[in-house]
Amino acid sequence: MSKNTDKQVKTRKEMTNAEWTWFLVKRNKTAYFMIAPFMILFFIFTIIPVALSLVLSFTSFNMLEWPKFIFMDNYITLFLDDDLFVTALKNTFIFAAITGPASYIISYVVAWFINELPPKVRAIVTLIFYAPSIAGNVYLIWGTLFSGDAYGWVNGILLDMGVIDTPILWFQNADYVMPLIIMVALWTSLGTSFLSFIAGLQGINKSLYEAGAIDGVKNRWQELWYITLPSMKPQLMFGAILSITGSFGFGGIVTALAGNPSVDYVAYTLTHHLEEYQGNRWEVGYASAISFILFLIMIGCNVLISKLISKLGE
Amino acid sequence: MNRSVGGDMGITVMLTIFGLFMFLPMYYTVIQALKPLNELFYFPPRFYVIHPTFDNFKDLFNLMSDSWVPFSRYIFNTVLISVGGTFGNLVLASICAYALAKIDFPGAKQCFWLIQKSLMFTATVTGIVNFITLSLLGWIDTYLAIIVPAWCSTLGLYLMKQFMESNVTTEVLESSRLDGASELRTFWSIAMPMVKPGWLTLIVYSFQGLWNSGASSFIYSEQLKTLNYAISQITAGGIARSGASAAATVVMMLVPILVFVISQSNIIETMGSSGMKD
Repeated sequence: MSKNTDKQVKTRKEMTNAEWTWFLVKRNKTAYFMIAPFMILFFIFTIIPVALSLVLSFTSFNMLEWPKFIFMDNYITLFLDDDLFVTALKNTFIFAAITGPASYIISYVVAWFINELPPKVRAIVTLIFYAPSIAGNVYLIWGTLFSGDAYGWVNGILLDMGVIDTPILWFQNADYVMPLIIMVALWTSLGTSFLSFIAGLQGINKSLYEAGAIDGVKNRWQELWYITLPSMKPQLMFGAILSITGSFGFGGIVTALAGNPSVDYVAYTLTHHLEEYQGNRWEVGYASAISFILFLIMIGCNVLISKLISKLGE
Repeated sequence: MNRSVGGDMGITVMLTIFGLFMFLPMYYTVIQALKPLNELFYFPPRFYVIHPTFDNFKDLFNLMSDSWVPFSRYIFNTVLISVGGTFGNLVLASICAYALAKIDFPGAKQCFWLIQKSLMFTATVTGIVNFITLSLLGWIDTYLAIIVPAWCSTLGLYLMKQFMESNVTTEVLESSRLDGASELRTFWSIAMPMVKPGWLTLIVYSFQGLWNSGASSFIYSEQLKTLNYAISQITAGGIARSGASAAATVVMMLVPILVFVISQSNIIETMGSSGMKD
């Protein structure tokens, strides 16, 4: 912690800003040693890759020869000549527009519902809702439940009840894939934001509600809108960021349940398109353009939504 | 406050329905794992088990021990990656979080700003360049390709820094510094004991992420792959393997769930300061 003694304040006046900064840098040498190991790795594996993928996106590069600069060609091809990219972009947006907000709202509503339960009950309910998001690829069970043969649980029930005559190939049917995937994605989406909301609700000062009642807050909904939501804005912001990031970075569940490519490419996302060009075709420049677009979309949505939430209750 | 009975009932009903939606697939996984072979083929499929057995679990190890990569090897890989990655992340991120939260130095704000921004995109967008970097380091197809990048995972650091900021008082640190303790010593013997929930949370998050990590484009040798990948392979075997697949899934999900049950109250405490201020 920098605490200016009298002597330093005097010398501060004689220093330029640059000199003062340099003085602080020297005095806090230890701090730089402490952050260095983490920050160096963070730059190598996160920051530099984002910057480099922008650079590579202007090139044609196959990992064998030196990258060739081709300016905007990759982007022009993507938007004008690559129908699959447009499909992937559309699917990604549809998927994110549904699961992002839905998982966010469900996380909040459930956290709010269970807030007044006794602590032990709340801990159990929390576990039930949170478990699917941490339990590895337990979502594969949906493949068994909606299996295309008669041993699939849903088909078995429907056949038994006489609703259908032949088993439905759920994950091979273009009409069902997207809704099913969205359902499974929601099932796994009550994660960190959910826990953050629970904690945020617990941390609200109870006297705010009493004050609110005196000020004329009439019911639970008004209480929620005027008191609860504004007082947990930081958690809402944190939760939003995780929900948005999660809803765009998705692809693994589709591959596991519906295969890649999914039937008629109905659940083909940007992540799949990226894998295709990066892993199978080694067109690294083109893949970089896709990944940079994905990066821009994620950052853009996050910044936009953060702005909206910061206006909440004002 | 006005709380209508109807409203409370409505909420309870909704919560129950949604709770069942969340719980039943997990329950069904456990039931499938306990079913003997003939019950797996019952029509219509049953939501309970008549003669529970651990055969599927035994099969898992027997069946896979014939293949050239035994099931235990996938477990070993997953444990090694999870422990190695978590340990490094804990050490590096705690020290860094302490400096960012409790020492005022030029650049601290900018570093934290970058870390916050990194929560806004997934590892998908860094995959290409990381593949090149790891190739240059000669780490492709080694454990290091998964372990070392995990050391600089930012979610744990973010939570730790926020928690330290609101739970470690500057006065305590000042008095330790006045006593002549070095910054590292102050961090280790004063700050760290005060943020136990913080590092427990960091461990749990880092561990869960790595434990659940699936097929990676950085690893192609079968004997280095993880549990998550092995389960996808078993599941792809279809109905005949569905008992073994469910058993493997149970093995896999038990660990993160147990870890969470043990540390739940600490994690919720940490989440209390998880909010983003700007």
